[in-house]
Amino acid sequence: MSAADILSRDFELGFTYTRSTGPVVGRFLTDLRERRIVGNRASDGRVIVPPMEYDPVTAEALTDFVQVAECGAIVSWCWVTQPRAAHPLDEPFAWAMIRLDGADVPLIHCVAAGAETELATGARVRAVWAEQTRGFISDIRYFELVQGAS
Amino acid sequence: MSDAEHAVTGIECPVYLQYHFTAGRAPARFLTRIREGVLTGQRCPRCSNVYIPPRGSCPACGVPTEEEVVLPDKATVQSFTVVAIPIPNNPIEPPFVVANLVLDGANIAFIHLISECDNSAVHIGQRVQAVWKPREEWGYAMDNIRYFRPLDEPDVPVEQIGRLSVSGWEG
Repeated sequence: MSAADILSRDFELGFTYTRSTGPVVGRFLTDLRERRIVGNRASDGRVIVPPMEYDPVTAEALTDFVQVAECGAIVSWCWVTQPRAAHPLDEPFAWAMIRLDGADVPLIHCVAAGAETELATGARVRAVWAEQTRGFISDIRYFELVQGAS
Repeated sequence: MSDAEHAVTGIECPVYLQYHFTAGRAPARFLTRIREGVLTGQRCPRCSNVYIPPRGSCPACGVPTEEEVVLPDKATVQSFTVVAIPIPNNPIEPPFVVANLVLDGANIAFIHLISECDNSAVHIGQRVQAVWKPREEWGYAMDNIRYFRPLDEPDVPVEQIGRLSVSGWEG
């Protein structure tokens, strides 16, 4: 076999998906656009955030929407030392499970903090909203630590 | 916000994958040759199947493929589809035909376009030939071939598609 040139190039493969949100996720996103966070109440009385379409026990459609607070406590977290291009923040941050006040299950979102050592399970956080909301999960830009509250 | 009164019913959630692709030895050789307008495959030393574009090994036998085979630019339609929806950033306007084509002398199909005919006239076993771009536009790419156009030759029976010699099809 004779010699070949070394050939390399960058390319991007894009899948331009759109997704229909339905009445439950659509309601959640509509409220986010208004800077409100809603969940819904399941048959066992728990408030689930983000809202679920069907009850985890009875499989009935869930309709009882409940507004919860924009602050809560960190249940668990994971520090991201080197954020990648697709991540919501450029600086090191944490992915966290956050139980908002009024909710019974945690929500996953990002937490901005100066250093990993500032984070702790049980630490209090508050949502920081985007300047322009559009009905998307990133309407909450991130959660920030509420100093002195934990 | 102007749409504040409207409920959210859909979201855009695109996925963009960024690659840096380096062609291996066999694909690089194929691309270097197609830049000169030559279609080059590789033959398996064990089962004698000819692959184009070559990957450097035989997927059936698991052995390296070294021997190069120059193939003509005539092919047979193995299967096809009529594409009716536009592809983002693709300059080709639907409806257009995408086909699995087997070059004469090859034993595996590759994907390319068929044009210069009614889409409804495209059929399995149809004989086609490459329509090349002008030589000065050739690069390291399969789209040096603009598309394939039908040939005035008898159809190839299904059981012989992918089994023709490099000398072509007499009917």
